[in-house]
Amino acid sequence: MTETKKKRKKASVAKEPAKAKKAATPANGASDNGSVRLDVAKTYKLYIGGAFVRSERGRYLTQRDAQGNFVANYTHATRKDFRNAMVKARKAQAGWSKRSAFNRSQILYRMAEMLEDRRLVFEEKLQSHAGYDAATASKEVEASIDRLFWYAGWADKYIQVVSSVNPIAAPFFNFSLPEPTGIVAVFSSQTSPLLGLISGIAPVILSGNACITIVENNAPTIAVDFAEVLATSDVPGGVVNILTGERGELISYVSEHMDLNAIAVFGGSDEQRRNIQLGGVENLKRVKLFDDPDAEGWYDDSQQSLYWITPFIETKTAWHPIGV
Amino acid sequence: MSTQTTAGTQKNKKKAASAKKNGQDGKRPNMGELLFGDLWDFHPAPESPDHAKFEKRYGHFINGKFVEGSNYFASVNPATEEVLFEVPTATKEEVDTAVKAARSAYENVWRDMKGSDRAKYLYKIGRAIQEKSRELACLESMDNGKPIKETRDVDIPLVASHFLYYAGWADKLDYAFPGAKVSSLGVAGQVIPWNFPLLMAAWKIAPALATGNTIVIKPAETTPLTMCKLAEIFQEVGLPDGVVNVVHGAGATGAAIVAHPDVNKVAFTGSTEVGKLIGRQLAGTNKRLTLELGGKGANIIFEDAPIDQAIEGVVNGIFFNQGHVCCAGSRLFVQESILDTVVTKLKHRMASLRVGDPMDKNTDIGAINSKMQLDVITNLVNAGLTQGAQMYQPACSIPDRGYFFRPTFFTNVSQSHRIAQEEIFGPVLSILTFRTVQEAITKANNTHYGLSAGIWTDKGSKLFSIAGAMRAGVVWGNTYNKFDPSSPFGGYKESGFGREGGLHGLLPYLEVR
Repeated sequence: MTETKKKRKKASVAKEPAKAKKAATPANGASDNGSVRLDVAKTYKLYIGGAFVRSERGRYLTQRDAQGNFVANYTHATRKDFRNAMVKARKAQAGWSKRSAFNRSQILYRMAEMLEDRRLVFEEKLQSHAGYDAATASKEVEASIDRLFWYAGWADKYIQVVSSVNPIAAPFFNFSLPEPTGIVAVFSSQTSPLLGLISGIAPVILSGNACITIVENNAPTIAVDFAEVLATSDVPGGVVNILTGERGELISYVSEHMDLNAIAVFGGSDEQRRNIQLGGVENLKRVKLFDDPDAEGWYDDSQQSLYWITPFIETKTAWHPIGV
Repeated sequence: MSTQTTAGTQKNKKKAASAKKNGQDGKRPNMGELLFGDLWDFHPAPESPDHAKFEKRYGHFINGKFVEGSNYFASVNPATEEVLFEVPTATKEEVDTAVKAARSAYENVWRDMKGSDRAKYLYKIGRAIQEKSRELACLESMDNGKPIKETRDVDIPLVASHFLYYAGWADKLDYAFPGAKVSSLGVAGQVIPWNFPLLMAAWKIAPALATGNTIVIKPAETTPLTMCKLAEIFQEVGLPDGVVNVVHGAGATGAAIVAHPDVNKVAFTGSTEVGKLIGRQLAGTNKRLTLELGGKGANIIFEDAPIDQAIEGVVNGIFFNQGHVCCAGSRLFVQESILDTVVTKLKHRMASLRVGDPMDKNTDIGAINSKMQLDVITNLVNAGLTQGAQMYQPACSIPDRGYFFRPTFFTNVSQSHRIAQEEIFGPVLSILTFRTVQEAITKANNTHYGLSAGIWTDKGSKLFSIAGAMRAGVVWGNTYNKFDPSSPFGGYKESGFGREGGLHGLLPYLEVR
């Protein structure tokens, strides 16, 4: 049953890449004497509060392929867009963290399902938008699905692994357990548009954090495509927000925002990383700096870890007397 | 008004007179029982410090030896204002020497030592502290001003058990963090406060040594005595030279440790302000950082709480250690329906608090650690009065000499008052009210800090739900201000990051891969 379904899917979507490739040419005005159908290009917007929205300032950036050909325009997010996202994220985080760990787990699994379902779309996008060859594109999408799947299972397990019952030398019941830090800004991978993005988001949100992801790489449109996966996976609006734009421009606004709790930084120049740490001091954000390996480096299992979840949790210790 | 709060050294009569003027006569509500201290006085019950030995002058402790320094400054007994002894101020060069000693000990001895051997050193230290516990308790009370009752029954036993607890971890690190390979970081630079001098030293030193790091530590400039005694213990148990180095001085020395390029990890306990300075200093370096900073703990009493126990908890929450506790329950939230009862009972309980000689075994509240801190408390209390809150202090006597402050609470406090927002770090409680559970949660969380909270209710489900809603690192249910080496401690938000104590307390000193 599933076998045939898969085949059918493959068959029906298989045309898409071809279409898209063709479409790229007529859009540039190349001759095809009107016989080929013109495509309807997608508008790449920001993903804030579960909605695809335009930037308040209406700026855009242009994505080009390796040869310099036009691929798409995408949104150039501003400080105000980030602040809007903060408001949505704060609202969403309260409810998200109150959901059962099992439910959050199920939703992350659902994300993996949705991505699996769209794998051909993403394989094609990685080729046409990021210049991957077919084999590499396929590899990155597979690794992305598997990473989501891996983290999904952690949502209702990491708590047991990192919590403790503490043997107090007095009649008290005392235990320590993790809680989400709150809102985490993720300066996501600059080398790996899909896998790097997911590897940054998944460990942050599974514990009940909301995140605002700032995407600047060679194919930010992939992140917006991924937002469609989020939108169909029952991730509550505002839990993951995606802003495409320029990292350098947003660094001070993000790192100094007084309602933001933590920042995950993938890659970036030394100066950028230092400025993020500096700005983060304003309200003592938890700032975690990660490496940003090359696209292939992201496949490795070392790029997923329980210890990527823990920088964005707080440990709460509770005491109660034992007695009658 | 200001006369009411300025001099901790004021005579009792004067005090009572000015309190009356304020419409708060400080009298204990008559609850129809025998009033100790009214009809007769307690006899003094001083702990003799005769057996507590210390030098009149200690140097820095570098590479296993006490070394002379320069610019000696005095450490004063805050209860008598008498000079106890003196220590030097470390220069940059001396800090550098200490870091070099720590580096060499790290690379040549400590890093590669068998875990079980590190464990034995920690164990020996813990045992030595137990042996000398009464001596250390006396010295701590003399240097810090905290009551002997607390140093004897809380501080020093916890110091010993902290070393003993982490001794057991030193050879079991592979079991601490599942799926990960752990390794030590290198040289840890540690800067600690004056409120629990030796306990904070233990919180810093024990986990760092258990995990294979070496140390340069600076005690607070007003309380270096027990750190020097601890260094003597290190010599006594034969801890390898350079594994722990002690340098003295104030902020500049601390800054020199933090800034030293060969320090791999910085651990700081102190004010949020200084914590942020350190954070800025470390930005762009690869140094690891943990901060245990200020707090403005909420202690919440619901109408269904066991009131008498709650009153004990409130008193312990704010008057323990003169309120010099970062997790002090300095904001009391009382459900409106029981406000009068709580205030009456609190006044009654406060009337039997004994303020005075820290060396007296009956003393509940000792000396404020320094003139500077007394000024901070006085200023904030004045701000409370100016902003319209109503003050209450019991009419207790306090010594003529030394830095003392009466236990104090404010009513009619609003959330925007400075005394409800800023850390006073003294025996001063702000009482606020609430009606609903949601209001209690919102108000309790309405602070930049997030270190501690207390909840008093007899209803389990309510307790769990509110404990979950508190944005605070330690939540005490129907108790307050309890500590244990196996219990992780540390804050949310601007109370810092990282945990000290327990399994979680290993993490700040390990590279986890």
